[in-house]
Amino acid sequence: MVPAGAVVADSRRASISLGTGRLPRALHPVAWWIWAIGLATAASRTTNPLLLGLIIAVAAFVVSERRSDAPWARGFRGYLIAGLVIVVLRVVYRILFGGDYGDHILVTLPEVPLPDWAVGVSIGGVVTLESVLAAAYDGLRLATLIICIGAANVLADPRRLLRSVPSALYELGATLVVAVSVAPQLAESVGRVRRARRLRGGGGRGMRALIGILIPVLEDALHRSLALAAAMDSRGYGRSAHVPLRTRRLTGALVIGGLIGICVGAYGVLDETVPPILGLPMLLAGTTAAIAGFAIGGRRLDRTTYRPDPWGGTETLVAATGIAAAVAMFVAGIADPASLQPSLIPLGWPGLAPIATIGILVAALPAWLAPPVRMPADVALSLPAASAPGARP
Amino acid sequence: MIRFDGVGVAYAEADRAVLRDVDLTIEEGELCLVIGPTGSGKSTLLGAMNGLVPHFTGGTLTGMVTVDGRDTRTHPPRELADVIGYVGQDPAAGFVTDSVEEELAYSMEHLALDPPVMRKRVEEILDLLGLAHLRDRPLRTLSGGEQQRVAIGAALTAHPRVLVLDEPTSALDPTAAEEVIAAITRLVHDLGMTVVLAEHRLERVIQHADRVVRIGTDGTVVGGAPGAVLATVDDVPPIVGLARLAGWEPVPLSIRDARRSAPALRERLAAEGRAASPAATGAGSAAGSGAAPGADPVGATVLEAHGVTVTYGSVVAVREVDLALASGSIAAVMGRNGSGKSSLLWAIQGSGPRLRGSVTVAGRDPRDLPAADARRSVGLVPQDADDLLYLETVAAECAQADRETSAAAGSCRAVLDRLVAGVPDEAHPRDLSEGQRLALVLAIQLTAEPTVVLLDEPTRGLDYAAKRHLATILQGLASAGHAILLSTHDVEFVATVADRVLVMADGDIVADGPAADVLVASPSFAPQVARILAPSRWLTVDAVAHALGPTEVPA
Repeated sequence: MVPAGAVVADSRRASISLGTGRLPRALHPVAWWIWAIGLATAASRTTNPLLLGLIIAVAAFVVSERRSDAPWARGFRGYLIAGLVIVVLRVVYRILFGGDYGDHILVTLPEVPLPDWAVGVSIGGVVTLESVLAAAYDGLRLATLIICIGAANVLADPRRLLRSVPSALYELGATLVVAVSVAPQLAESVGRVRRARRLRGGGGRGMRALIGILIPVLEDALHRSLALAAAMDSRGYGRSAHVPLRTRRLTGALVIGGLIGICVGAYGVLDETVPPILGLPMLLAGTTAAIAGFAIGGRRLDRTTYRPDPWGGTETLVAATGIAAAVAMFVAGIADPASLQPSLIPLGWPGLAPIATIGILVAALPAWLAPPVRMPADVALSLPAASAPGARP
Repeated sequence: MIRFDGVGVAYAEADRAVLRDVDLTIEEGELCLVIGPTGSGKSTLLGAMNGLVPHFTGGTLTGMVTVDGRDTRTHPPRELADVIGYVGQDPAAGFVTDSVEEELAYSMEHLALDPPVMRKRVEEILDLLGLAHLRDRPLRTLSGGEQQRVAIGAALTAHPRVLVLDEPTSALDPTAAEEVIAAITRLVHDLGMTVVLAEHRLERVIQHADRVVRIGTDGTVVGGAPGAVLATVDDVPPIVGLARLAGWEPVPLSIRDARRSAPALRERLAAEGRAASPAATGAGSAAGSGAAPGADPVGATVLEAHGVTVTYGSVVAVREVDLALASGSIAAVMGRNGSGKSSLLWAIQGSGPRLRGSVTVAGRDPRDLPAADARRSVGLVPQDADDLLYLETVAAECAQADRETSAAAGSCRAVLDRLVAGVPDEAHPRDLSEGQRLALVLAIQLTAEPTVVLLDEPTRGLDYAAKRHLATILQGLASAGHAILLSTHDVEFVATVADRVLVMADGDIVADGPAADVLVASPSFAPQVARILAPSRWLTVDAVAHALGPTEVPA
């Protein structure tokens, strides 16, 4: 049924799928998130621009190889731009507000005299290479973190991820789904009402114009939310969720407490200045509480999942490559801390620490490991007509 | 299947019951059509069937409603999801997921069906409703008819025994509406599904109905065979109107039956010697007014548009359209959903995007004028007319309209009173009926005294009486010298009111001419009277009645 042209049309994907016998499918979203968080963890341990650049390159490469054509998968460029903006802002701020650290003077800006109460703040003055570099490295680290999270966001359908939310957190997941659906509609209705305001001659400025837009938009949003809630109810949402209040409270407390524990623990693991008790022990305690909550809560909702995402060997491998990058960075940090934080005083070239570099390169493997993305049938069928007219039967 | 025993519904803030003393039984396998004027409680009756009333809407339900033996007082909608599927007025507002396949599976997930069963049912419903090619598509990118079919499919996957549909075709173009109706009749005939649907435009569904339930303005309900119930109704589809005029018994409900009764009438009309002339049928008159049709004087050209082009990204919504509108004329733009009608109206008004082209009204392009002046040359009533309203009371809206246009105080109110009588000053605009709210928005726009009046889908959600009234209003405006351009899917309304019809497809105007010429020739846009009396060119019952002479019209 599938014309031969479809295979010819996308030879890259076709060769992958035929060569290894793997069928196109979507990877479990959690695998992509573990991979991305692993990369992000690796990035958070270093300010070395070469390693950070390598991490961005790896993330971008995997995204370009394994991204689908869905609307949510088109935003990666936005994350790259956001990263660039962060670096530029960091540097500009440093130049404007005191960059006199070190002694390689780049330029001396005229200093703006400030009143006495602004002690410690200076605008303008000497700008040194060291301070600019420090700001750029720092900005680059933050940018890399954001790009890693962005990569996860474009590789894994956010809604499929929400479906992997354990059923104990089902209400939370459903609320997020509604929020995800209503948010774009809100933007759309603001646009529509603003256009409509013009039809009444613009309707003035300031408060009055704001009310003119806000009231119809809010009324519309309320109307839509009610319609959505009625539709969900008519279709069986929240059916037979007869749970004793005590169980519900216990589940909620365990899950939310556990999640807070995980957040604090993760922060403790990542930041060396935090007391050790808030690190690994907190992380473990939080995880245990959350799992207990899920286990108790998971029993109460009787519902099933349509076409559940399977977790297979590929998922484990992809997740493992991300973790490998993080582990390699930790090991490199213990073996040779200097290689991860390039020296500014005295100024020195950053180097590529071998262990860290290999770890990051391992995280590029999902570009081959992950199964090729599934294309919508109509796109696949229309490809031969579009790209190879001669191949049509 | 569904039983109402002495049911009444009242809301605390309302002064009268929405429904009262409803005793009704809907049998297995029936297609039951619920009719009644706007605001009479059709949605309330449908909501009471699956428990949305009162569990979700509030209010007080007296008496008892049972569905397949289950009492809705003790079963909220979610507990009835496996016996009754419900599709609300705006299917897009009820979508929970974002792709077709997941939407179809949503109910089943909540009924905790096994994944293999779900997979099989999704495939079956995709085939049954012709949605297989759309399975991976994001719901937002579907056309109105496709969205409606997905919503119906999403209700069907739970294998309910009853399907309840609230105005399933009100937002659809004639072709998409027919697709949806065809899908519904297939469910009834092939699967023996019980279907209950509310609809304003009876002409679309009456022929398929086994039973008609009519809700009166006082909240009482009469149910029975279609012919019997329609005999008690004043506002009937054109086919029934024509049957009454010609005295056909039994009253035919399908075009096919009516055509078989029609030869005598056609001959009689031909004998009258007044048939088939476009002048006699072109511009219809408002129903019941009895004024001579075709008498509208078409004046000078007041709006000229050249090469109007609208694009959204790489999509060309309107392609180099030329258009001239004359004062005193009413033109209607028709065409599929997404054919560029709305984009054209907004581009002409100047508030919407326009890539190229010029529009000239009294020597100026409304786009280049400040918004407050643009509305004096071209006034637009948008599809979501409510977007223009934001104040607490009708009086405040009117006062604001006077201020905006620097008109004398009370101008807007005077216009409103001319359009519809008796809209209370202190009422909240959202509490008005659809027709009154439309009139209020129209009054606000008319306060600026625009030369050209544009209306985008003004007939949506209006019942026959409100549409008839709107037709009178528009004819009044035209005879006062305004040029009117409206976009609509409502063929019968166009036949009544327009003297010129433009058909758009894919951004182009593919037909432009006198209403009779364009409508009669089109398979999807021909009004019922034209279909019955073809090849003679009659568009409306009133035109026929007028030709036959006043003495022939039975009371």
